[in-house]
Parts: sequence; C-alpha cells; structure tokens
Amino acid sequence: MPPFTTLTGVAAPMPLVNIDTDMIIPKQFLKTIQRSGLGKNLFDEMRYDRQGNEIADFVLNQPAYRQAEILVAGDNFGCGSSREHAPWALLDFGIRCVISTSFADIFHGNCFKNGILPITLPQAQVDVLMDEARKGANARITVDLAAQTVSTSDGTVFTFDIDPFRKHCLLNGLDDIGLTLEKAAAIDAFEARARLAQPWA
Amino acid sequence: MSTQGTPKTLYDKIWDAHVVHQDADGTCLIYIDRHLVHEVTSPQAFEGLRMTGRRVRAPEKTVAVPDHNVPTDARRAERIDDEMSRIQVETLRQNAREFGVELYDVDDVRQGIVHIVGPEQGWTLPGLTIVCGDSHTATHGAFGALAHGIGTSEVEHVLATQTLIQKKSKNMLVRVEGELPPGVTAKDITLTIIGRTGTAGGTGHVIEYAGSAIRGLSMEGRMTVCNMAIEGGARAGLIAPDEKTFAYVMGRPHAPKGAAWEAAMAYWQTLKSDEGAQYDKVVEIDAAEIAPVVTWGTSPEDVLPITGTVPRPEDFEGAKREAAARALDYMGLTPGQRLADVEIDTVFIGSCTNGRIEDLREVARIMEGRRVKEGLRAMIVPGSGLVRLQAEQEGIADKLRAAGFDWRMAGCSMCLGMNPDQLAPGERCASTSNRNFEGRQGYKGRTHLMSPAMAAAAAITGRLTDVRELV
Ligand code: SF4
Repeated sequence: MPPFTTLTGVAAPMPLVNIDTDMIIPKQFLKTIQRSGLGKNLFDEMRYDRQGNEIADFVLNQPAYRQAEILVAGDNFGCGSSREHAPWALLDFGIRCVISTSFADIFHGNCFKNGILPITLPQAQVDVLMDEARKGANARITVDLAAQTVSTSDGTVFTFDIDPFRKHCLLNGLDDIGLTLEKAAAIDAFEARARLAQPWA
Repeated sequence: MSTQGTPKTLYDKIWDAHVVHQDADGTCLIYIDRHLVHEVTSPQAFEGLRMTGRRVRAPEKTVAVPDHNVPTDARRAERIDDEMSRIQVETLRQNAREFGVELYDVDDVRQGIVHIVGPEQGWTLPGLTIVCGDSHTATHGAFGALAHGIGTSEVEHVLATQTLIQKKSKNMLVRVEGELPPGVTAKDITLTIIGRTGTAGGTGHVIEYAGSAIRGLSMEGRMTVCNMAIEGGARAGLIAPDEKTFAYVMGRPHAPKGAAWEAAMAYWQTLKSDEGAQYDKVVEIDAAEIAPVVTWGTSPEDVLPITGTVPRPEDFEGAKREAAARALDYMGLTPGQRLADVEIDTVFIGSCTNGRIEDLREVARIMEGRRVKEGLRAMIVPGSGLVRLQAEQEGIADKLRAAGFDWRMAGCSMCLGMNPDQLAPGERCASTSNRNFEGRQGYKGRTHLMSPAMAAAAAITGRLTDVRELV
C-alpha cells in the first residue's frame, strides 16, 4: 500500500449528499478480476452519456478538475454496497483524499486499506472547503496527515480527528495482514479455547 | 471493557466472546466464525493470497457461491454469454478448488444468493461472527449472529487470518411494539424504520431489533428486517434468537447435532440483552402505525405509505432538497401525484431481502384467481435452488407461471442487474429488492421498493397499488 503523508492538490466539489458506491463505480465495472484500471469509469453514469461521450458539466470533466486529487463531497459519502471497487476507482483516477461531513462505515474502512484518506469535518468547515474547491485549479488544498490538518491556499487551517492506528498504518503504508499475522499465537490460542467451549462454531 | 455484573447487550456479548486481542486504543482483533464468499468481491483477495504465498487459514469455515453474475435462464450451467461474468464465475470455481473451500456451483440445487444459502445450509448459527464481501451480510443477524459486510482487502485479511481488525460499534435499539395491521409485512417494517431514521441513522451502530412485532415475525421476516440494516446505515442488525430460531436451524446440514446441539442450545439461550443494558440510541416504533409503503425516490429512506402523494422538493431542507429534486427528475414523478396512480412496466420478485419461500407463498396468495396485467414483464427469481424446488413441490411455481410470471433460476438477478436481467432506460419497476439507487437495476431504470405482497398487487393492476384493496 502506498504511504500517505502530505498531499497538495486540486479539490473537486461534489456537494451532492448520499453519493453511493453505485454512483462511484456502477456495477458493470465490477466484473473485473483486477484492482487497477477502474479510474476511467469513476462516476461513469454521471460522467459519460450513453454513447460514451463526456458530459461537459460534470465536475471531473471540467478542465480545472481533470487532475483533481481531493474530493470535497456532501454528507454520507460512500453509502450503499461494500464494493472496494469504489476506492480502487477513486485511487486509479488519482483521488487520494475525500472530505465530507460523514462517510458510510464500510467505504470509510475500505479507503484506509487502499491508502486513501477520508477526512470528516463539521458542516461549516466542509462548506468553506467546498467554496474553496469551487474556485478551480488555482485553489489548492493541502492535507498533512501527521499534523492532522487541512489548509486552503489562503491560509485557513482546520484540524481533523483520525484513529491513531489507522493514521500509523497510512503514514507508513503498512499492510494489515502482515501486522495481524504477527499475532498468530493469539489466534491459535483463541481457536484452541473455542474448539473446547464451542465445538460447533 | 465491560466488567462482570454490568448488564450487556446482545452485541456486547457476541463481541466480547470473539476478541482475540485488544490494543490499548480499543482496536480489536475479532475472530470470524464463518466467511461467505461470492464471485464479485473475492478474485482480488485470492489473488492477493497467491501473490504473498499465503493460504486460507480455515477453509472449513469458508464457503463460496456464485450469485451476482449468474444468468437466471435454464441453460446457464452450459454457458454464460457475458465473457466477463463467465470469467468471474470460473475464477471463483478455480479459487475454491485451489484453496480447498466448499463451493455451491451453478449446477448445484443448493446454489443461490449467498445470504439465502448460508441460513439454509446451517452455516448461519446464533452467536457466530459472520462476514462476507457484501453489505447485505447483515441478513444473518436475524439468527442472533454478528454479521456484516466487508471490503475485498478485508476478505483477503479474513481468508489469511480468520480475523478482522475492528473497533467496537455503538449499540442502537429499534423497538417495534404492537400488532401489525393487515397487509403490513416485515418489508414495510424495515422500510418504515429507514424512512424514520434515514440512511445514515444507524451509522457507527449495530442495531438490535426488538419488541413484540419483531418477535412475532417468522425467521424469513426477521431476515428481511435485518437485511436492510445496512440501508439504515448500520453495518449489522441483530435479533435475539428464540424458539423460532432454534426450530429453523435444527437439522440443517451444517448445524450441530446430538451432544453438540444440546451444548449449543444451552449457550444460545443466553444470547439476549440483559435487563437494564444500555443503548447509545433508541428508536421506538408503534407497529399499529405502520402502513404498506413504497419508495418514491432514489434513496431507501424515500419511503411513503402507498396512500400518499409524491412529495415536493420544498418539503425537505438543506442538501436533501436538492437530492429530492434530482430524485424526482430521475424517477419521472410529479410532486402531488398520487403514488397509487404511478404506472409500472416491470415487477421483480426476488433478492436476499425477499427471495425466500414465505415471500413466494405470499405472492401466490395475492395472485390467487388473478393474473399479471397484460403487457407487464413480471419475473420471479427464487433466492436459491432449494427455494425454487420447494415452491415447485408446493405447487406455487405452477400457479405463478399460470398467472403470467416468468419463473427463473436462482441468483441476484435484477436486484442489481449484473446479469442479463436489467431494466431498460426509463423502465419503472415494482421491486422487492433493497436498493433504489440510480442505475441499480439498469441504466436509467426506475425502482420502487416494496413488499412481495405489494409487488404482487402492482403486477395485477399495472400500477403501484395498495394491497389492502385486493384482500
Ligand atoms: S440479492 Fe441483491 S442485495 Fe442481495 S446479495 Fe444479491 S445483489 Fe446484493
């Protein structure tokens, strides 16, 4: 997993609430058996018409946002299906950070597994960042994970909360499975106990 | 950590019984008892194992079934036309073989939607932790199992370690007391709850459903309720096991037998929230106030009684106003229009929400002496091959076919349209599934969620219909 330390980039505004994972990556793209290559179909049904032509006024099609690395989004981002294809598509497009007032649980967890930082901020602060994002390519937002800050180009700084373990993993690009396998003895012990206490389980 | 003597919720009890390791910051390693795997969210996970030289730690606790992609026509065992779908199903088959995991393949009568197969085969038991790379894993909570969806990286984590890294969620209680009015079913309960609490109402919580109306439901109905816990924002729903649960589980192929059954029963009896247990959030609903409902918009929280009218965007506040305007446009509805006047093109009966035998019996009961309206496409996709077989043995299948329904093979089908069963742009569907998102059942397709009884009523009249007018 690529580590996440700091990021300065263009932020695309997506004020819509309840952006679900079906919107982020529609089901016809779930048939892949790979993780990569989904970026071109990110937000496919909002981004292209039926003939595959770009819909000009969709935010990521606008010249200012084609290189966006941050999304500033409406409440409850990532709700719906558990498909990890959603963060894979975001990442493949180049989005490394999503900022919203809230995220759906599974999507939120999936982001961390893929080196994407989801940042939750109060409405008033997201509103400020949304306005900033609307300014286009000249207004870059900077995220500093170690310091837990988001700053705008005019110097406004907000701090965000993050689970310390997840922060540690993200900063160092650590693989969960490797970390857990270090606890193999505890898993063995648990299984041995369970076999006796609940042989049916 | 709860200390001895502190009253615990059902969730607390199952959680505590599965902690392998706890870090100082509360991050836990949780043991996973059952891992269900399907073809869409697992290929990258197995590939990850292969790349790192890891094995499946507990293949005997892992079970695989193709469901999302499989066509529902009778010839599917010989060929799947869509090349990508065929590859996914074939990849699951190869992975199951290579890693020693039991597979219910396309030609196996036990194949079906993973959340219907698990309970049917007795993989789902009270008190277990169950995960699957699928958000509707919440369904299994109907048995008092802690069950939730995970992403593909977590699928790989569970395959490799039989554990998950988790933080404990908060406790939420949804209590539905009283008697359900006639024509109101489990689906109306669960939709009404989401309409009330919103799609983010349960975020960060595990919901325990309780109260006399929940206890009064069959196991099938309880699965319908827990299935949609995820639409209410919760990762998992739970219902305390009782005599109905034990009766359902007894004798299933993978359920404990003999002395193990007795021991399991003794444990399962303890799986209920203690008197005085604390919840972080409590929602009370009076069953008598629940009506047969439908959704009008593109979020499962857009729920109204069938007797209602299409709302106006101005009825909502903030960002929801814009979302409602967008939804009305997408759905092709006019504010003020009576819901019961909305005409439909398609009826879909199936999915892990409502693809069980009781659902099909209910549809057959409403259809008695009636027919699907001329010109409508009406399909029934049983949730599993065994549900399909049982319906055939009970004579329901013949009746439904005679009434004008297309009687399909088991799978997810038009619930998400990854197989050929899809809505055409603009087509409007009365659906027993769980998601009405844009494009969910087909590009520009329009979905109205409802109960099987309401879907049957719509099939008869060709419009959204109050089932109470027909019984
Ligand atoms: S039936 Fe629908 S909701 Fe259920 S598992 Fe299949 S696609 Fe998901």
